[in-house]
Amino acid sequence: PTIYVCFSLCPLGGTEVQLNETLAHLKTESETLKSKLEEERAKLHDVELHQVAEKVEGLGQFVMKTRRTLKGHGNKVLCMDWCKDKRRIVSSSQDGKVIVWDAFTTNKEHAVTMPCTWVMACAYAPSGCAVACGGLDNKCSVYPLSLDKNENLAAKKKSVAMHTNYLSACSFTNSDMQILTSSGDGTCALWDVESGQLLQSFHGHAADVLCLDLAPSETGNTFVSGGCDKKANVWDMRSGQCIQSFETHESDINSVRYYPSGDAFASGSDDATCRLYDLRADREVAIYSKESIIFGVSSVDFSLSGRLLFGGYNDYTINVWDVLKGTRVSILFGHENRVSTLRVSPDGTAFCTGSWDHTLRVRAICSLI
Amino acid sequence: MTIKNAIRDYGQRYRPRMACLKKAEKVVLEMQDPKSGVKSQPQRLVITTIPHAITGEDIVAWLADKFQIDAQEARSVGSMLVALGYIYPLQDHKRLVIKPDASLYRFQTPYFWPTQQWPVEDTDYAIYLAKRNIRKKGILELHEQEQYNRLHKWMNHKWDFIVMQAKEQYRAAKERKKPDRVVFDCQERAYWVVHRPPVRLYTHTDEHILLTLFCFLQMIFTQQSIMRPRVKSSVSIGALVKFCTTYHTHDPFLCKPLPSNPWLTDDVTYWTLNMLHVEAPTKMRVERWTFSFGELLSDPRGRDDFRLFLKKEFSGENLAFWEGCEDIKFGAAATMGEKAEQIYKTFLARGAPRWINIDGKTMEITVKGLKHPHRYVLDAAQTHIYMLMKKDKYGRYLKSPFYKEMQKKAICPEEHKFTDVQLEQNSRNRRPSLSPIILRQQEQELKAKMAASAPVDITQVMSKLSNGFMWLCQKT
Repeated sequence: PTIYVCFSLCPLGGTEVQLNETLAHLKTESETLKSKLEEERAKLHDVELHQVAEKVEGLGQFVMKTRRTLKGHGNKVLCMDWCKDKRRIVSSSQDGKVIVWDAFTTNKEHAVTMPCTWVMACAYAPSGCAVACGGLDNKCSVYPLSLDKNENLAAKKKSVAMHTNYLSACSFTNSDMQILTSSGDGTCALWDVESGQLLQSFHGHAADVLCLDLAPSETGNTFVSGGCDKKANVWDMRSGQCIQSFETHESDINSVRYYPSGDAFASGSDDATCRLYDLRADREVAIYSKESIIFGVSSVDFSLSGRLLFGGYNDYTINVWDVLKGTRVSILFGHENRVSTLRVSPDGTAFCTGSWDHTLRVRAICSLI
Repeated sequence: MTIKNAIRDYGQRYRPRMACLKKAEKVVLEMQDPKSGVKSQPQRLVITTIPHAITGEDIVAWLADKFQIDAQEARSVGSMLVALGYIYPLQDHKRLVIKPDASLYRFQTPYFWPTQQWPVEDTDYAIYLAKRNIRKKGILELHEQEQYNRLHKWMNHKWDFIVMQAKEQYRAAKERKKPDRVVFDCQERAYWVVHRPPVRLYTHTDEHILLTLFCFLQMIFTQQSIMRPRVKSSVSIGALVKFCTTYHTHDPFLCKPLPSNPWLTDDVTYWTLNMLHVEAPTKMRVERWTFSFGELLSDPRGRDDFRLFLKKEFSGENLAFWEGCEDIKFGAAATMGEKAEQIYKTFLARGAPRWINIDGKTMEITVKGLKHPHRYVLDAAQTHIYMLMKKDKYGRYLKSPFYKEMQKKAICPEEHKFTDVQLEQNSRNRRPSLSPIILRQQEQELKAKMAASAPVDITQVMSKLSNGFMWLCQKT
């Protein structure tokens, strides 16, 4: 029905001027509707986050130390992911290498050389027995891991996802059998690993999709994605529909992460801010920014309770934010180039950052004064 | 040709850097304010006197004061401005950092600011078109006029610079001899025909239709969003805050995990005590099961305990059905059909061995859907059973002697108090753990054994297994 209405309004044989007028008219109407949406959202907004957080005790001074430095990549580290066993890590870099480490002992356990450079996405399977990765090859491939050191992992590789532009992020769902991907072609997609079949595709972004995160399993089948169109979209995995959309950032969104309860998510953008969006209230509820922070955020993640938000920035630093009070509690130095990826470990005991300085660092808190 | 291509924003490539560079430029301009900026003076360097030089320590002090940050952060920000090219060092010019001492720096002239150094082509093309416009107005062809307008839009704040360059080039060109000028014009024109060809992939009308379509879809989506039910901020924000406070003591970044954080002390007891299937879980872990039904289910140890409880209540089929549904949703697509069939026979069919109790309407929808099964065919039934377990069984479990027994059995380890010598030793004794590949093999072997033999208490077996692994770990 939509398409017919559209054609009837659009004079096909019309002049340039007429077509421009119709489009301009439509754009105005679209803007009016968007304002109406903001009005509706504002009606139920009766309190600010920091007001509710006044009753909560403040946090003390943090002392965080780098406890492990993983050296071995020959070029920029672009992505990393933790294994569910809380100590293993997979990381990928610009030179096409994907390495699986036991971060606790700093031993390298497996290494794969991808046929392409710029491996921008990697993920650990829930079972810990496989890894997925992809990048400029426009694909996402799954490599089953092997105990045999001499075995070439590339031999058993499964090509799962096929996009028409670079792969920006990938994540397994609750099992080793399904992968969710996002791409520079503006779409996200859900794939069956065994067959490579496309199970569901998600269209709605107007530009490259840079990141995605799956909702914690208790809260149903949704995921959030962020893109170069400055939008963060929440999707229903069943229907492929976009159920919520937020457009408050001023530049590309590089990273999105769900709040541990699943009722909110944080985003990090090139506009140098992190923001918190409440899904039930359907609005942005906090902005984490400082005048002295002018470089973009590449990656964000929450601590286990959701009280702390860690952000990796392009000015080589990590800023730690008090999610409830909106203040910065700590700034961490150490990397010698842009921080490109940041994840908190599955049991929340540490977080790992990957950087363009070719290293990964695992940090934990030494004391809370 | 996708909708996205039709309305691609050419500024997209440059926006990320621009967002950051605009902010940096604002700071640099403030730094150069003669009254409130960084104080500069002519400085002697070897035999020359350099005008308007500034010292590293003055830069750091100014930034620290302006942003109210400490010296280390101010140095980091200052070094970023040097790295971007807004400030350059007079000595040691290869190291692009701010030294917080009397080292000398200067502000870079705007001509060389990084915002000027976009891919040369677009700036050059803008200058070229502007120059032709100056020479004779109305000479630009249609596609060139469109490009000119587009460039004018997203290079707007640099337009003065572009016009200035165009005028410069025009003036310089007039001073050349005529034959040289003609040749040069031809070369230049040819260059741009190659690099900015006039041919477009689609017609104007196509673009309009696509844009209109996209606009409509946007409007429909916005309309749907307006009608979405939403919750008062006080309610939803209150829930977010409550979540934080509930989990506060469980967050290793806020409260010390017991006995100690393995990353800090190099002692893995914390991980061993919290393995997936242990005989006696820790008190913290058992407490987490009370936070929500989801927490209980997502912890395999908790789920095992809940399973035993349900067995005693003769309602174990509920959890088994729920698990079967999860397996269909997230399992391999190939086996989905037969799994659905199996579930129907076991739980839904009349006279099924583990018949689940769902209302007539849901049963009707489910059975109908099973004729053409898909991943979410059992969704309605699964939700019904999940709510049943959450609202009824979960509450009863928490009040049951079963759970109370678990709370008593739960261990609370003593905090480690390692001396420096012991910590040193720990860090030398870091051991690898069993690979997840081996663990999975063992689990599969165990499941096969269990399927073949009589039903056993799964927690006993699993804890024996994990104890075995612990032994193996210590030995390797």
